Amino acid sequence: MKLSEIREILQCEVLAGEEDLQVEVHQVVASDGMSEILAFAKSKELMITGLTNIQSIRTADIAGVSAVLYCRGKRPDKKVIEFAKQKRIPVLITQMVMFDICGILYNKGLKGVS
Amino acid sequence: MAAELLRESFEIQGRNYDKAGEVSGEIKVILRDLGIEAASLRRLVIVAFEAEMNVVMYARRGTLTLILTEEDVNLEVRDEGPGIPDIELAFKEGYSTASDEMRELGFGFGMGLPNMKKNSDELKVESEVGKGTLVVAKIRLNSNA
Ligand SMILES: Nc1ncnc2c1ncn2[C@@H]1O[C@H](COP(=O)(O)OP(=O)(O)O)[C@@H](O)[C@H]1O
Ligand SMILES: [Mg+2]
Repeated sequence: MKLSEIREILQCEVLAGEEDLQVEVHQVVASDGMSEILAFAKSKELMITGLTNIQSIRTADIAGVSAVLYCRGKRPDKKVIEFAKQKRIPVLITQMVMFDICGILYNKGLKGVS
Repeated sequence: MAAELLRESFEIQGRNYDKAGEVSGEIKVILRDLGIEAASLRRLVIVAFEAEMNVVMYARRGTLTLILTEEDVNLEVRDEGPGIPDIELAFKEGYSTASDEMRELGFGFGMGLPNMKKNSDELKVESEVGKGTLVVAKIRLNSNA
């Protein structure tokens, strides 16, 4: 699924990487635990988290995910967004909560990592 | 022993959560630019990142040394800090002495050392209580160069 489709489905605002929304993701890694993301991501996933600090983007970079989606309307600081742009990691935010996001994306055919 | 192609050291500041993870991000760029193959690079930076986070969370300061040879990438992370009284226990998944502040950062779920073990070909942890900890990791490069 393209990031642009995810933006539509989850009514996201795009904070970084507007030019990269044609990127495709097939799998999702969702957690507020950064070590958990690192343990389960295999690279090129969509990472969903409620944690909006700088470590979330550092973890995304280290794990090699394709994009970060922040749930329940949490908005990262400017410097976090700037850092994501520098690392060329698209950042989306949605008002939806984690459970709903995962349910919706699962129904659309995206799979989790395990 | 294969000849060293690169040796570089980086300082890590304890408790500096703003910078936490910066060294590992830098290492990723250095090794990617050198053309290290993606799978080994990924494993290495996960080990580096978890080790760096542990220094930031638990120690006063530390040094991460990156050593690249034709066969492998090695990390030596040495810190001045409280040390680890029971290393075997520290390796148990879920065991953590992290504070709430650290958990709010998304760390402190007791998966760091297990993640490091899983992603390295050799991992050695030595520690002296009240002095500090040394983590040495080796990741072999898939030879196709
Ligand atoms: N460099 C270190 N100095 C002191 N204690 C450490 C260090 N690294 C790890 N530890 C101890 O080992 C425990 C487990 O570490 P780890 O597996 O990385 O999980 P976490 O950091 O999430 O607690 C830590 O909670 C801490 O008590
Ligand atoms: Mg840790």
